[in-house]
Amino acid sequence: MTSDQPGDWPESDPEDQLPRFRASSGGSVTARFDATQAALIRGLVGQVADLIAAEPPPASPAGGQDELAAELGLSQHAELPDDPVLARLLPDAYSDDPEASAEFRRYTETGLRSAKVEAAMTVLETLPARGGKVRLAEPESQAWLRALNDVRLALSVRLGVTDDFDEDVARMPPDDPRAGHVWVYQMLGYLQESLVEALW
Amino acid sequence: MNTAPVEVERPDTSEIADLEAPWVTIVWNDPVNLMSYVTYVFQRVFGYAKPKAEKLMLDVHHKGKAVVSSGAREAMERDAETLHGYGLWATVSHDS
Repeated sequence: MTSDQPGDWPESDPEDQLPRFRASSGGSVTARFDATQAALIRGLVGQVADLIAAEPPPASPAGGQDELAAELGLSQHAELPDDPVLARLLPDAYSDDPEASAEFRRYTETGLRSAKVEAAMTVLETLPARGGKVRLAEPESQAWLRALNDVRLALSVRLGVTDDFDEDVARMPPDDPRAGHVWVYQMLGYLQESLVEALW
Repeated sequence: MNTAPVEVERPDTSEIADLEAPWVTIVWNDPVNLMSYVTYVFQRVFGYAKPKAEKLMLDVHHKGKAVVSSGAREAMERDAETLHGYGLWATVSHDS
């Protein structure tokens, strides 16, 4: 696990310029985003939602059985997704029992995917494309928490984040092609941290 | 063979779950999830007080994993599903 404290930020990124949530009246939270931040977050949230929503072709040819399964909301996927991002977002539930993992996946994956896409949609609906002030009621805050976390998980897979990530970043040359994504990853961590603090 | 229905007193299943080795939900450490977020999720999902949620979070962080709930297998699968919804790396296993 990790923590994102404002003190971790270099002088060139003063914390008051980063978007952060604050507790507001009636259990709601507020944050202000400029246009660039809003576009960035909306883009990433949308991409992750597209990835989660995209159904890979079923392993077996479609037939009556599959239609029935779809009607019952059963997933036709029994195996860990090939895409490493999806594999992290939809992990196996049994570390040493592939059969039990497959059964769990059949009954939960469709619902999990829908819930994640729904959370992403809530972010897209509440964050104006041109930025501005965002006020979230409790259910929307929960959706934001989960959607921001999914985006951070997705970015972490692409960036190869390990326990030594902070040291890796410290050693990273400024022209490293990953630098932009690293900055976004850290900005989202800071934003999520502020949301947790505002909700506590 | 006598197939006539027999009245059997149903045992209290929750007691049986306690007596038999229960199933557990395990959360594994990862380098991404925020410590504050994981604590918050434990409080919200399980209704744990903050000190207990924090202790579990620190167990995950320092020991690599922690048992966060125990009980019937179906209940543990529901917990794992909920935790996957929050992006935590959770698995179910038989306590032994």
